[in-house]
Amino acid sequence: MNGDEIEDGRSAIRGWPHLTQTAVAPRAVSVAATRPASDGHIAPRFRRDRPAWSGRRPLVERLTERCIHLLAFSSVAAIILIFIFIAKEAWPLLGSPAIHREVTLAKMWFIQQWPGYDAPEHVWQPVSEIPKYGVWPLLVGTIKVTLIAMLVAVPLAVSAAVFVSQYAGRRTREWVKPAIEFLAGIPSVVLGFFALMVMASWFQEVFGFDSRLNAIVAGVALSFAVIPVIFTVCEEALGAVPQSYVEASLALGAARWQTITKVVLPAAAPGIAAGVALGLGRAFGETMIVLMASGNAAILSANPAESVRTLSATIAAELAEVVFGGPHYTVLFALAVLLFAITFGINLAGDRAITRMKRRMGVA
Amino acid sequence: MKRPSLHALRRPRTGDAVLWLCTGLATLLVLAILAIILVDVAKHGIPRLTLGFLTKAPAEGMTAGGIFPAIFGTVALVVLMTIAALPAGVATAIYLHEYANPTALATRIVRIAVNNLAGVPSIVFGLFGLGFFVQFAGGTIDKLFYGGEKVYGQPALVWAALTMAILTLPVVIVATEEALSAVSQDVRLASAALGATKFQTIARVVLPQAVPGILTGAILAISRGAGEVAPILFTGAAYFLPTLPHSLHDQFMQLGYHVYVLATQSPDVDATRPLLYATVLVLLLLTFALNASAIVVRSRMRRRLSSNRT
Repeated sequence: MNGDEIEDGRSAIRGWPHLTQTAVAPRAVSVAATRPASDGHIAPRFRRDRPAWSGRRPLVERLTERCIHLLAFSSVAAIILIFIFIAKEAWPLLGSPAIHREVTLAKMWFIQQWPGYDAPEHVWQPVSEIPKYGVWPLLVGTIKVTLIAMLVAVPLAVSAAVFVSQYAGRRTREWVKPAIEFLAGIPSVVLGFFALMVMASWFQEVFGFDSRLNAIVAGVALSFAVIPVIFTVCEEALGAVPQSYVEASLALGAARWQTITKVVLPAAAPGIAAGVALGLGRAFGETMIVLMASGNAAILSANPAESVRTLSATIAAELAEVVFGGPHYTVLFALAVLLFAITFGINLAGDRAITRMKRRMGVA
Repeated sequence: MKRPSLHALRRPRTGDAVLWLCTGLATLLVLAILAIILVDVAKHGIPRLTLGFLTKAPAEGMTAGGIFPAIFGTVALVVLMTIAALPAGVATAIYLHEYANPTALATRIVRIAVNNLAGVPSIVFGLFGLGFFVQFAGGTIDKLFYGGEKVYGQPALVWAALTMAILTLPVVIVATEEALSAVSQDVRLASAALGATKFQTIARVVLPQAVPGILTGAILAISRGAGEVAPILFTGAAYFLPTLPHSLHDQFMQLGYHVYVLATQSPDVDATRPLLYATVLVLLLLTFALNASAIVVRSRMRRRLSSNRT
C-alpha cells in the first residue's frame, strides 16, 4: 500500500465536501476486518477517511472525542455531587441555631437524660413532644442485622463457590452459576415481601419469636441478597488460582481437599476478602428488605429476636413526612452521610483487596 | 482444561467426602432458597395473573383491578433511564478501555469512582435525587422558566429516571468494558495499519463488535432499574394515581413501589394478598426475562468472538 492510495481515501468522507477534492477512493482500501471474508460480500464499513498525519482531524471527530473524555468523568462527578448534596442538607446540624434548639451532634451520639425517663438513655424518637435523636439504637440495629446476614451468607456463599469451582463438573457449573446469578436478579423489594409475608410466619412458628418481624428475619432475608454478591466474586477468585498451584500440590501427594484448604483457598484469600467486603457494603446499605422485614422499632438491645430499625430503613420510612430543612430532615441527611461514609470505606477496602489479588495472580 | 484426577492415588478419602458434602449441601441450600421463593410466588401469583390484571388500573382501594399504571410507569422509567445512562456509561467505558493510560491518576480516580458508585446504598441515591435533581435542578428550572411556580421542583418521572440512571451507570460501564476487551487486539492493529485514526477504529471497528456486550449491559441495567425502589421513594413514585403520567414532570406508579405499598400500607392485607402475589410475579417475570436475555446475548457474543479468533 502506498501513500497515494491512502491519500485518495479522503474522497470517501461523507458530509465533508471540502475534503473531497481528490479522485474517487479505491474501495479496496476498505477493510474487511469487521467481517470474515467468507461473509459473501465485503462491506465498506471502515474507510480511511483521512490520513492521520495530515494535520487536524475532522471537527466532528475531535468534538466526539472531547465528549467521550468529558462523559468519562460523569461517575466522578456523580460521586462528588452525591457527597456534596447530602452533606449540604446535613450541614445545618453543625452550625444552625434553629436546628441546635432541637438537636446537636452531641445529643445524637451521647447518652441523654430525657424528661419522663428514669435513667439516661439513647432514644430515637424524632416525632414526639420532645424529639429525641439518639443514633445508637439505629446504628446497633444496623450492625445487628448486617452481622446476622453475614453470618448466614459468608459460609453459604464461600462453600457454594468452593463447590462450584472445585468439585462441580462443567455441566453442573453451567446451570448452577446462572441460577445463583438469578438470585442476584431478584429485586430487593421482592425479598422484602417474601420475608414479610412468608418467612416471618415460618420463623415465628418454628422459633416462637415474640415479635413476628425482627432482626433474625430481616438478617436472613438480607443474606439472600448478599449471597450472590459474595458467591460471584469468590467463585471468580477461586477460578483465577493458577492451575499450576493445584497441579504442584497434587503432585506432592496432597489430597484434593488438602489442596483446596491449604493451597487454593489461601491463594484466593484476597479475592474472598473482597467478596465479603462487597457483600458487607451491600448488607449495610440495603434498604427495602430491612424496611419491610425488620419491624422498624428503634430498640437498643443485643437480642436478635427483637424488632430493629436500621439507618437506611429510618431514612426511607421517615423522610417522606418531615418538614423540608427542619431538624428531623437535617438529621436524616446526616444519617445518610454516615451510611455513605461507612459503605464508601468498606467498598474501598474491598477494592484494594481485589487489586491485591490481581497483582498476586499476575493479572494486573 | 481437565483437572488432574486423584482416582489413581490410594489414600484415605474421608476428608474429600466431607468437604464435598459440606460445600455441596451449601450450594443446594442456596439453590433451594431460590426455588422456594419462586415456587411460592408462582403458586399464589398465577391464579390471579389474567389479561385484565395487566391492562386495568387498581380499583377499590387497591383490593381489586389490575396494575397497568405500574407497568406503564416502570417502562417509562427504565426507557428514560436507559437514554440517560447508556451514552455516559459507554463513553466512560470507551475512555477507560481505549484512551486512558491505565496507570495515570485520572484513570485511577475514574475507576475508584465507578467502583464506589456501584456500592453507594440505593437509599442514598434517593436522597441525592431529592436534594440535587428535585430541589436544586428542578427548583432552578422553575425559577428560570416558570416564575417560581412548582412544575419541575417536585418529585417527577424525569428526576426518578435520572437518579436511577446514575445508580445503573456502573452496570453499563462494567458490561461495556468487558465487551471492549473481548474485541481482539488484532482488529485494532489491522485498522491502525490501514491508517485509520484511533477514533475511526473505535467508531467503526471496535464498537460494532462490542454492540452485543453493550446491549447486555443495557439489559442488566434495565433489570436493575425495574426492581429498585429506594431511589424513587422520594424522587417521583406515587402510591396511586388516577391517570397515567403524560409529561416528564408528572409522578408515576412503579411495580416495585406498588409491591412495597401493597405489602406494608394496605388496610386489608387478606384482600390485597392475591393482588400482591400477582404483582410480585409480574415483577419477577420481568426481571428474569431481562436477565435471561442478557445471559443469552452474552453467551452468543462469547461464542461468536471465540469462533472469530480461530
